[in-house]
Amino acid sequence: MAAVDTTAEGAGTVRFVLDGEIVELHDVDPNRTLLQWLRDDLRRTGTKEGCAEGDCGACTVVVGELDRDDSTIRLRAVNSCIRFLATLDGKELITVESLRDADGSLHPVQQALVENHGSQCGFCTPGFVMSLLALFKNADRPGRIEIDDALAGNLCRCTGYRPIVAAATRMYQLADPADADWLRRPGRPGEAPPADRLERLRSIAREQATCVGSGDHRLYAPRDAGELATLLAAHPSALLLAGGTDAALQVTKQLREFETIIYTGNVAELLCIENGPDGIEIGAAVTLADAVPVIVGHYPELEELFLRFASPPIRNAATLGGNVANASPIGDSMPALLVLDCELSLQGAAGTRVLPLAEFYLGYRKTALQPGEFLRSIRIPARSAGDLVKSYKVSKRFDQDISAVCGAFRLRFSGDRVTEARVAYGGMAATPARALDCESALAGAVFDEAAVEQAMQALARDYEPISDMRASAAYRMRIAANLLRRLYLEYSGNAAVGVYAHGRG
Amino acid sequence: MAAADTDRRRIRGGVGEAVPHDSAHLHVAGEATYTDDIIEPRGLLHLAVGMSSKAHARVRRLDLDAVRASPGVVDVMTAADIPGENNCGPVVHDDPILAPGLVEYAGQALFAVAARTYEQARRAARLAVVEYEELEAVLDPLTALAKGSFVLPSETLARGDSRAAIDAAPRRLAGRTRVGGQDHFYLEGQVAMAVPREGGDLYVHSSTQHPGEVQLLVARAIGREAKDVVVECRRMGGGFGGKESQPALIACIAALMAQRSGLPCKLRLDRDDDMLMTGKRHDFVIDYEVGFDDTGRIEGIEFMFAARCGMSADLSGAINDRTMFHCDNAYYLPNVTIVSHRCKTNTVSNTAFRGFGGPQGMYAIEYVIDEIARTLGRDPLDVRRRNFYGTGERDVTPYLQKLEDNVLDEIVDELATTADYAARREEIRLYNASSPVLKRGIALTPVKFGISFTATHLNQAGALVNVYTDGTVHLNHGGTEMGQGLFTKVAQVVAEELSIDLDRIKITASDTSKVPNASATAASAGSDLNGKAAQAAARKIRKRLVRFAARHFGVARDDVRFERNRLRVNGQLIPWEELVRLAWFNRVALSATGYYRTPRINYDRKTFSGRPFFYFAYGAAVSEVIVDTLTGEHRLLRVDILHDCGASLNPAIDLGQVEGGFVQGAGWLTSEELCWSERGELTTHAPSTYKIPTSSDLAPDFRVRMLESGRNREKTIYRSKAVGEPPLMLALSVFHAIRDALSDGRGRPALHAPATPEAVLLAATGGGHD
Repeated sequence: MAAVDTTAEGAGTVRFVLDGEIVELHDVDPNRTLLQWLRDDLRRTGTKEGCAEGDCGACTVVVGELDRDDSTIRLRAVNSCIRFLATLDGKELITVESLRDADGSLHPVQQALVENHGSQCGFCTPGFVMSLLALFKNADRPGRIEIDDALAGNLCRCTGYRPIVAAATRMYQLADPADADWLRRPGRPGEAPPADRLERLRSIAREQATCVGSGDHRLYAPRDAGELATLLAAHPSALLLAGGTDAALQVTKQLREFETIIYTGNVAELLCIENGPDGIEIGAAVTLADAVPVIVGHYPELEELFLRFASPPIRNAATLGGNVANASPIGDSMPALLVLDCELSLQGAAGTRVLPLAEFYLGYRKTALQPGEFLRSIRIPARSAGDLVKSYKVSKRFDQDISAVCGAFRLRFSGDRVTEARVAYGGMAATPARALDCESALAGAVFDEAAVEQAMQALARDYEPISDMRASAAYRMRIAANLLRRLYLEYSGNAAVGVYAHGRG
Repeated sequence: MAAADTDRRRIRGGVGEAVPHDSAHLHVAGEATYTDDIIEPRGLLHLAVGMSSKAHARVRRLDLDAVRASPGVVDVMTAADIPGENNCGPVVHDDPILAPGLVEYAGQALFAVAARTYEQARRAARLAVVEYEELEAVLDPLTALAKGSFVLPSETLARGDSRAAIDAAPRRLAGRTRVGGQDHFYLEGQVAMAVPREGGDLYVHSSTQHPGEVQLLVARAIGREAKDVVVECRRMGGGFGGKESQPALIACIAALMAQRSGLPCKLRLDRDDDMLMTGKRHDFVIDYEVGFDDTGRIEGIEFMFAARCGMSADLSGAINDRTMFHCDNAYYLPNVTIVSHRCKTNTVSNTAFRGFGGPQGMYAIEYVIDEIARTLGRDPLDVRRRNFYGTGERDVTPYLQKLEDNVLDEIVDELATTADYAARREEIRLYNASSPVLKRGIALTPVKFGISFTATHLNQAGALVNVYTDGTVHLNHGGTEMGQGLFTKVAQVVAEELSIDLDRIKITASDTSKVPNASATAASAGSDLNGKAAQAAARKIRKRLVRFAARHFGVARDDVRFERNRLRVNGQLIPWEELVRLAWFNRVALSATGYYRTPRINYDRKTFSGRPFFYFAYGAAVSEVIVDTLTGEHRLLRVDILHDCGASLNPAIDLGQVEGGFVQGAGWLTSEELCWSERGELTTHAPSTYKIPTSSDLAPDFRVRMLESGRNREKTIYRSKAVGEPPLMLALSVFHAIRDALSDGRGRPALHAPATPEAVLLAATGGGHD
């Protein structure tokens, strides 16, 4: 087996840009988070730890990277508490301390928060500043839903959010579109960043795989799928790390120390999105932030689902492949992917095979992946005209919550008769799973009140949900059935359903 | 108050001006220093706590060998190692710092470990081998009630003859409701850093609402005295009551380890550990029986409150007293019996949380009023008004305090008009008639909240004002800053009193060596108490300066006038800094302490009567919701609030308290649910499972106003009113709007708080009855 060459000069370091300077770190422990480095090593204590699990946003920073076209820089808010420092290689880091001007004046985002009394205790504030900065640079005068989405990953316990939402509008009024400082100019899509900024990022781009580490701990960052396969074969028990939004919790919460981590975030093939007339092929390391617009382009009905999928800082790091391969019973993408008859491309030493997603889950957190095998891509078929596609999520809180139940449906019709039915749920079983009895009840039937009743009753044969802190088994069963009814009511137009977007247009 | 910069006589940042929070610029720049941000002294050790995994057990064996052997570990400490008193309980000494062989809740501290790094300490803390002998655990208030398990004796407050009044009333209702607890979820978790000083003294940085109590409990734990310990807190990243008594545990552990090691020690709780280890708002089971007439007017009522206090008394006595004092809310109860049980359970000891038991009492009466209205088929607002306290009659509370400042009718009338309550109720009725799945609901609920600590002796405060020879001012007082803007408001008072711009005043950290024996910053009384104390200090200095100037310039005192940043002596203008320098040169004392105690309060706890409250804060809210009866999900559509802040010291900061309190209350009553396993382990101990509101939960139409005629009848600081806690209870309107949607004009939905989607769906389909 060919070894992966990680001997290039500098391949044992982590290099990134911070405030116009290139930082080069040696002996980086792959288990070290960006937040730990910022607070403990750099003593930049503006970035806070509120939960160490990516749910409160006090740790939010902005990460910049060269876009696919190599001529623009994407700025995205991420949770530094669950971002491994080593994965910052090749990126630009912006923290709350980066924003004050040389003369000490505040950034328009900061000034808007002060003017609107957007801070009380102030502990969450740096995180809000950074989420607002990402919004400021990426959106031009956003509306309320866009603002709420940008803030969905940031909790504030003092203000009740009204003044922060107000600041998200005010910041554009305070900004000077002609400001010499690129960071202080509000977002104009497609605007080229300053050449020196681009050049710095290009100067630290990698051509070859890297391997950083400290002591016995190693993080490998291969560049192509072949290297990834080789490394995985050599280290079958290694952690395969993508966005890390779940994996990092094993470090911050379970206090695990991984010896070997293989990072998929630089693997070219896994970063591809192929969008064609037959469907979409999404590489396993594509972030949700990148995957969602493409998916929603084909299936606009899934927009609300993805708006409620975690939060922007999570979606900016987390990958669709990670959501699928992680095999959580409550992953929110899988019910929809199941009803769309998605297929997975799995690659191992023996080559690549294709497996329907419906056959991927074998049990609780157990998948069909063989040792040495990894998820390479997810294939989502193009929509078939006339298909009814929906996915509904129910949770205690609308934004950034884990589903009690997430249901997805796809019905194909001939006239008013259902010719093909796909129904799948998360939160109802040990894995995301299709409801085969329910599908049979629908297939061939006229989609009417009686058929829906039959289908609702069939769910009791498909699932035996559990009770936990998110929902009781009885509630899960009941809303799983009622979501079918919602589907029917929405289809038939007999009643207004769903309150998520009510009054918030 | 006019405050334009163009008015040259008016200072910048005086009383009534909407200046930003004093730390706003630091907050947004990431430069505000919280306890964990303080530059760590050399040799600092990081601590972690080993917790009990059992709710009630005897510890048979505590094997810490693996903990000691873990990389980086320097020291391990158990209860046996505590040289002083093993207690961090604020009132009753029943709260061990480290469990001495008996554990009484899952999450209780068993031992502490010190290591070179935070990660090493946390990793080591998990390596203990503990053998338990499990004991029967009491895990809910009703079981505790049945077993007679209490942290404090039960209390009864009775006025009139409730039994006879209920029996004689034309209509009667009885029932049970429940209201959930709430985690504070301050964004900054509990943290303390103890630094050894010479002679065994300790300097403690603690994120605490009550530095003075931390000082005393630390001193006792390490076997020393108050004079040997200084506690400082510049700011907290949120408190909400969760840092009133709870920080003592954290600070005591840090202090004990610092004493043992001779090194600085920091204990910062990880979020999960914080939520497992520290107390929350009490959840209650409430039984009621009420007799009323056909208009809904209450003739007699009986309440039974069973509160989950957890394993120790903590502040549960005063909290449950406040529940008893607030189960009237805005309503006159002519014949009333209130029984309050302080149930001991094998769960974390519950503690202060914004409202301090008051919200649960108000929840109870609002629930009963709503039940009465739905029984009679009347608009709940009519029934509420029917029962409001009067003026001159029907104006005595169950604890015999006469209401002297009632503005309920004024507020509710104005709000009902501006919120267009009647027309919207009709419009909602029509909507619901044609909407089988989505139902809308509306509710107006009032708030009356008593201001003062019910423990009369706590209603005192001190302040220290130093004026330096360059004319700048150092301000200190016993209050603490947790985000509520207290430091800003008090500084505005001092600026006003000294007639100098606010930016000449340095606001400094709460510090037990500057102002001693301060009460907790709690009970909404922070600016009332500390504002008055600082005013007294500033006035002493001002008086000295006037006296000096009159003497120095040979004029009458009446001819000396303060203007903005200067003194006018007859026709002559003396800049403030020149005046100060002159005074110093002429040996005038430029430092003063101020002291304040709240007047007119007295209260006999034995008879539950007297005047526990200096005054009341009032407000009202109208909330409108839409409910999905297929899933129980709901959305807040519009909120109208009218709140009485008196003559506000800072309208922007007060607005922030009203809005923030309301949203926090809405979280308590809807999405925030505490769950325990059958073994008594809290299962919602992180933001992934415990859901406080996010930005999109804010009503898209949110209209908040202050009562324009607001002015405190009592001589409070510039006639302002306390605003910290009262707005939280405005959120009862959200809960009742959901009930209204479910009722849809018919029936009494069995919906209790929190109204999670699951609870709402259960109630929507006729479930939820006990």
